[in-house]
Amino acid sequence: MLYSPVQLHIPDGFLTIVVSLLFWLATVIMVGIAISRTNRTLGEKQIPLMGIMAAFIFAAQMINFPVAGGTSGHFLGGALASIVLGPWAGILVMTAVVGVQALLFQDGGLLVMGANIFNMGILTAVIGFGLYRLVINQKRGVRLTVAGIGSWLATMAAALLTSLQLWLSSTTRLEIVVPAMLGVHALIGIGEAMITVAALSFIERTRPDLLDERQSSPGGGKGWIFAGLAFSLFALLISPYASANPDGLERVAQDLGFLESGQNSPYNLLQDYSIPFFGDTGASTIIAGIVGVVVVFGLLMLVGRNLRASKES
Amino acid sequence: MHFHAFDQFHFRESRIHNLDPRIKVIITVAFILSNAILPDGSWPAFALAWLLLLIGNDLADIGLGFTFKRSFVVIPFTLVAVSAIFSPLGEPLVIWDLGFITLAPTDFGLIRFFGILIRSWLSVQMAILLVATTQFPDLIHAFEHLRLPRILTTIIAFLYRYLFVLSNEALRIIRARDARSAGLPGVKRGGSLNWRAKTTGNMVGQLFLRSYERSDRIYNAMISRGYTGHIRTFNPHEMGREDWFVLGVSIFSLLLIQLVGWIR
Repeated sequence: MLYSPVQLHIPDGFLTIVVSLLFWLATVIMVGIAISRTNRTLGEKQIPLMGIMAAFIFAAQMINFPVAGGTSGHFLGGALASIVLGPWAGILVMTAVVGVQALLFQDGGLLVMGANIFNMGILTAVIGFGLYRLVINQKRGVRLTVAGIGSWLATMAAALLTSLQLWLSSTTRLEIVVPAMLGVHALIGIGEAMITVAALSFIERTRPDLLDERQSSPGGGKGWIFAGLAFSLFALLISPYASANPDGLERVAQDLGFLESGQNSPYNLLQDYSIPFFGDTGASTIIAGIVGVVVVFGLLMLVGRNLRASKES
Repeated sequence: MHFHAFDQFHFRESRIHNLDPRIKVIITVAFILSNAILPDGSWPAFALAWLLLLIGNDLADIGLGFTFKRSFVVIPFTLVAVSAIFSPLGEPLVIWDLGFITLAPTDFGLIRFFGILIRSWLSVQMAILLVATTQFPDLIHAFEHLRLPRILTTIIAFLYRYLFVLSNEALRIIRARDARSAGLPGVKRGGSLNWRAKTTGNMVGQLFLRSYERSDRIYNAMISRGYTGHIRTFNPHEMGREDWFVLGVSIFSLLLIQLVGWIR
């Protein structure tokens, strides 16, 4: 099978009904807005285009490149879709992709599809496009760098939200899942960022008219900048907090009544067996996060400079 | 690449295949919902749900083990749930001190873990049964009947139609890269990581442009053939007596399963 699944697709059964429905609600609202926006502003020509772009995302996920030690860089595509097509169209395209992955390949469940669409389609569009929108009028190098950072952050935020959803369903322990998911996706995100930057620069070089067209296209207002920054900030702040202080988050979830919904047997509130799995997870995650950000920044600067150099030569 | 590499539909004539696709979608979703609502540890109810699934397999004439064989796709994800075994919300059964870590499986944790496994295992099998007995265009039509917005169903229809075309395009691009980066065994081939990523990015960009330009041509071709923004099918999909009967029996069985699950 050429199609290889990515870890972010949650199967049915892993999320409780409350969490599933909550994210279905959020997804339906966002997709509904996206539909009414695209219906109002785009011609019927855009619909075949979006369908084919969705097929493109699917096919592009087949293209991988060897990184190191047998792992290979993969492509999720949410950030690239929203940057090239505009955020609302990007959301619709990713919704179709996630839906077909679940229906055709059983990659991701049906009841939890709302959460999957939110993580991989909406969150990536908000962060990927929101950050890109901030620098849309800047120089090429800056734009590409920010697009790379945006797609890395979008991958990380998707991994973080997936972990939080699993934890809210008491499917997994917070202090284990957050460092594990973020650690893996810090690497996957670098691959994503590099491919996104290179693909964007390729499109800019060969068909700059496509991106200009999109920049004047509607639906990509300033609100996306705030949303993108807010979500990025949220992801950056909560991931060290989630690892450093799982009890704090647990309290919040208990106050909101989430953890009770995930279980049916009575339990004692004060029981707390901690597993020192990764040493002092808090500090190590924060350090890993900082190192990751520095590494990504450095890589992107290098890639950006190389691309510019090769263009000039 | 052959069409069937992706398509799991099995050409058979059976009661399940002949059902209205709407009914199959509703029953599948209801089944998965029912699994999600069942409390942890209600093993008899889960067993009944499995029985229902086996009856579905049998009626569909695809072999009792068909969905089981394909249900292993969820296995990689179960790794995530392993830490649920050590949930602090229950009484620890044993405490293993491994030196660097202390593991304490709890009763609540174990029940939760197996509950998750069974739920996802049953749910994914039902989804497999749905796809194995319903052609994808029919499925899309069913979603249209179920009031999914037209724009989404049309995007999905196009996605399905061009998935194979563009996958072939991607395969050609990958083959071209492989043909141009031949290497001797034992000799490191290809450039730096940066170079490889750039090449891959160019491939993705190339694929994007080919897709984009193809969509232009497709649109023009469709307009010239009278496309009005809606994909038509020959199959009218009308609900018959059999459809209502199967729907009624299935919903009744699911309610029964809920009853078994909640009454101790």
